[in-house]
Amino acid sequence: MSKISLYQKTKQVLSRRNRSLIVELVRSDFKLRYQGSVLGYLWSLLRPLMLFGVLYVVFTKVIKVGVGIPHYPAYLLLGLVLWTFFVEATMSGLNAITGRGDMIRKVSIPKYTIVISTTASAFVNFIFNMVVVIIFMILGHVAFRPTLIFVPFFIAELVLFCLGVSFLLATLFVKYRDFSHVWEVSLQILFYATPIIYSLAIVPVRLRKLMSLNPLTQIFQDVRSVMITPQTLTTKQVFDSQLGRILPALIVIAVLTLGSWYFRRNSRKFAEEL
Amino acid sequence: MSESKEVALKIDGLYKDFLLPHDRKNSIKEKLLHPGKSQNEQLHALKNINFEVARGEFFGVVGRNGSGKSTLLKIIGGIYQPTKGNVTVNGTLTPFIELGIGFSPNLTGRENVFLNGAILGLSRKEVNKLYDEIVAFAELERFMDQKLKNYSSGMQVRLAFSIAMQAHNDILLIDEVLAVGDASFQRKCFQVFKGMKKSGKTVVFVTHDMGAVEEYCDRAMLIEKSEIISIGKSYQVAREYRRVLNSSENTTSSGQSNRFGNGKAEIISAVLTTLDKKPFAQLHEDHDEFLLTMEVVFKEKVVKPIFGITMRDGTGLPLLLSNTKALYTPVGTYEKDQKIIVTWRLKNVFNTGRYSISPAVAAEDAVTMFDWREDMLWLEVDKNYYLPGPIYFKHKIEIK
Repeated sequence: MSKISLYQKTKQVLSRRNRSLIVELVRSDFKLRYQGSVLGYLWSLLRPLMLFGVLYVVFTKVIKVGVGIPHYPAYLLLGLVLWTFFVEATMSGLNAITGRGDMIRKVSIPKYTIVISTTASAFVNFIFNMVVVIIFMILGHVAFRPTLIFVPFFIAELVLFCLGVSFLLATLFVKYRDFSHVWEVSLQILFYATPIIYSLAIVPVRLRKLMSLNPLTQIFQDVRSVMITPQTLTTKQVFDSQLGRILPALIVIAVLTLGSWYFRRNSRKFAEEL
Repeated sequence: MSESKEVALKIDGLYKDFLLPHDRKNSIKEKLLHPGKSQNEQLHALKNINFEVARGEFFGVVGRNGSGKSTLLKIIGGIYQPTKGNVTVNGTLTPFIELGIGFSPNLTGRENVFLNGAILGLSRKEVNKLYDEIVAFAELERFMDQKLKNYSSGMQVRLAFSIAMQAHNDILLIDEVLAVGDASFQRKCFQVFKGMKKSGKTVVFVTHDMGAVEEYCDRAMLIEKSEIISIGKSYQVAREYRRVLNSSENTTSSGQSNRFGNGKAEIISAVLTTLDKKPFAQLHEDHDEFLLTMEVVFKEKVVKPIFGITMRDGTGLPLLLSNTKALYTPVGTYEKDQKIIVTWRLKNVFNTGRYSISPAVAAEDAVTMFDWREDMLWLEVDKNYYLPGPIYFKHKIEIK
């Protein structure tokens, strides 16, 4: 695929018409999610904060994994916020097509807009959560360094990864309803296989390289390194070359390509299969 | 179709098959336990569909439940993919098959307008501009900040319709949508359709409501058992539809037998002819009268039997009952194996359509039936008159 056609394709995917559809889907999703709850939007902040509170107590007072990591509260919270985004995006991505079944059966709209809207919806939540992370950074006297300008690049990588996984899961879930369980279990494994609560530095060297192939590991560690503390062990350091960034990024591209190809191939039949 | 008219929609050799798996393999376990091809049953939802709709036409699609008409609309709308054949759409299409898609009961009317508008391809800016118009047309000004779940079904349809009307596309596909609205709103909708027609928009309308088809559609098409049975002027199609509906009901209720009686007399034949004894395919306006001639043979000696006919329209409603007793026609005594000819001379007062004729021979007591031939004959009438109603004859209107 040449660069121009990729650009044109992106332009087509994000046409004015599709954009307004995505925006409206996200907007209504938001209004619906917190309807009838007193604290409303606050819940999207409270959830990761509560999890943070529990994990913080356990891993600094009881198991002491976090001792020795500089700015551990901000470090842990950032990891959790990034992780929450991944979970939300992929879980709602999994349900994107089946959940909008009656719409798909009755109107011809580009199906990918629905998947994009679920990731976008999770992303809005993520931005709110990042505000809390920044508050924690200020409270924890974390120095704001110029390396912060790299954050958007890694976030973009994470968004693309979420999209790729969502496309794949959304399509699989139409065919096999097992995938809600498969993915739930996978998420539990991934939660511990990704350095979220612990530091990559405590992992045995041999395992480190394997874990570093996981794009989540690379993204989380890189974001922490540029936002919280340069002492974070990044995957680039694990591989001792740029390979540590390129390899996981290649996996992200591969997942996105595979996911969108698989989705595209099957989306014409969604209306009949649902 | 005249060639001068621009074609808005062209369906060419369209087929659609559905695979009906006998047990859906929706989980991996089932796929692993029962590998290989699952036993699928092919359902032919549409067979060899060919038709064109001209620009600015109001085209009706009628048919019974399960006949395939909604599948057809979904293929035109790009929701389903055809198995074979081509769909050519000239112009933009309002991609809705049903009104109010994406409506969420827990959002307010206002929020739903924006969501539904986006689904129909309108931007927020555009919806903002059209918002007042939409609300005014739906007559829901006071309810826009209420949640949709508090709306009546009629209110929801009104709102949905008002939004859909604002999606300015060339072709509209409408499937059974107006059934929910009340009569006055339905009328309002059809007025809008008529206005759209004038501005060159094309409407394809799927319905069971024959009244609406006859009144508003220029042309219509009847689909029965996945195939086009009839296509043409809407009132003809509407009548054909009534006949299909009626004939199937008859076969289910009375089974195979469309003839009963004790057989003492038998109707051998019955024909419809012009006054000069020429058979006709259709009765036209210039036929003032026509003849129904039936031949009867007696198997026994019969005294003063009654000869009669029952004529019904497509819905089974009797239009004309006639017999020799009612008309005091002199009738004699007939010997075994005697053949006689009975002729009715009838006026051509019928409107365009198909009418069934059931001739019969009964005993003098008018209770014992010798032979009853249900729907033995069909009378086809084609007059240049486009209003509904079972009868039509030349008449004049004077104003003083």
